[in-house]
Amino acid sequence: MKFTEQHEWLRPEDDEENVVTVGITEHAAEQLGDIVFVELPDEGRTVAKEDEIVVIESVKAASEILAPVDGEIVEVNPALEDNPALVNEDPLGAGWFFRLRVEDMSALDEFMDEAAYKKFI
Amino acid sequence: MSELRRTPLYGLHVELGARMVPFAGYEMPVQYPLGVMREHLACRSGAGLFDVSHMGQIVVTHRGGAAAAAAGLETLVPQDVIGLKDGRQRYGLFTAPNGGILDDLMIARRTDDLFLVVNAACKTADLAHLRHGLPDCDVRMLDRALLALQGPLAEDVLEAVAPGAAAMRFMDVARLESDFGTLWVSRSGYTGEDGYEISVAAEAAERLARALLKAEGVEPVGLGARDSLRLEAGLCLYGHDLDESTSPVEGNVLWAVQKVRRSGGDRAGGFPGAERVLREIDGQPSRLRVGLVPEGRAPMREGVELFDGDRAVGRITSGGFGPSVERPIAMGYVDIDRAGIGTKLEGSLRGRRLPVDVVQMPFRPATYKR
Repeated sequence: MKFTEQHEWLRPEDDEENVVTVGITEHAAEQLGDIVFVELPDEGRTVAKEDEIVVIESVKAASEILAPVDGEIVEVNPALEDNPALVNEDPLGAGWFFRLRVEDMSALDEFMDEAAYKKFI
Repeated sequence: MSELRRTPLYGLHVELGARMVPFAGYEMPVQYPLGVMREHLACRSGAGLFDVSHMGQIVVTHRGGAAAAAAGLETLVPQDVIGLKDGRQRYGLFTAPNGGILDDLMIARRTDDLFLVVNAACKTADLAHLRHGLPDCDVRMLDRALLALQGPLAEDVLEAVAPGAAAMRFMDVARLESDFGTLWVSRSGYTGEDGYEISVAAEAAERLARALLKAEGVEPVGLGARDSLRLEAGLCLYGHDLDESTSPVEGNVLWAVQKVRRSGGDRAGGFPGAERVLREIDGQPSRLRVGLVPEGRAPMREGVELFDGDRAVGRITSGGFGPSVERPIAMGYVDIDRAGIGTKLEGSLRGRRLPVDVVQMPFRPATYKR
């Protein structure tokens, strides 16, 4: 699992090559507070690194999540539409945002491992 | 940037684990560990304690007594202050010569003076405005703390601390004796809940706050939930929903302009901007502040532009998620011919047009003890 400075986590899928699942960290979920709405990208969309692709709304404010790397959205988390609070309850699990097909997995090398991320926050 | 000020409760906020943010020149708690959602709901089901000590507390006296001070204040606000009875409070507005709004405030009539509570961001300007406009009055800003205790448990909790609180009605003001000195209490607030605002000597504020928080069901509430609570109650946030460009009529706060100050009243006009305000009352304004409900789940916040087809008809001035109504809610200004309840509009959200309906406010009925 890798972590970005924007507090996203990226988990390469074991069963599907070049696909990573993306969500936000516990730290980020806690900072955002109670999440009431998540707007996800369309499946099949091609995204470039740092495109704004997810909007997270808490009671207080809206925040944007950027694409961590270039890729194609292969799946978004359907559960978040009815239950956006999953991001607060289980940010590293049931609160995932989308799965991204990445052409070049070495793009993930620049990101932090868990120990480095813990130090970062 | 000048240094941020702290209220007498700063130490308590930090001890309670609040996240502090800059607000109107003060370091204020935006939320406590409970979080905005649960703080909001705790206020609606039990009681919430708010530190509003950043707001300006101003006493206006005149050697001719409270009646003379009231007559003076009527030259600056479109409210009936002369007719306000001893021990009563009402919502007021400082108007500008162009008919816009300089600030909104609470005006309490006491036996010997007037006691005003004004917005933190405007308080220095308000003080100067009062002193300039009321040269015969003594106008003093106090350094007392101000707490708000809001919610269904507020009456019982405050009565235990300050006997006499339960006998008050909505918008009554009274001096109540307590272990924390004389409290200046009004049965009012800005959440749509029954409750009180309590002015207390700065040095006793923390002890009072601790005593109130000790009661079962009382939670500290930060600015985040204060905003969602007042939004559900349909109440305006000055600087967002009201400002120098919005008149009281456009701002849909005409209920706060009593008949005696309107055309045909005994003391019609006589406040800054009266020409425009009375003209808009007798005719109609070009736009109106309305309640708005997005049909989808996506909140529409301040700045979202509103359309009817290709025609731009207005803009949202406050919006977010209402934890008690469990849906996004907003208020904003729309052209008068699109301000009718039930009008269907669209909000432009991140490049998409999403449906939003004009609705009656408040979004949640108030529970005041009248």
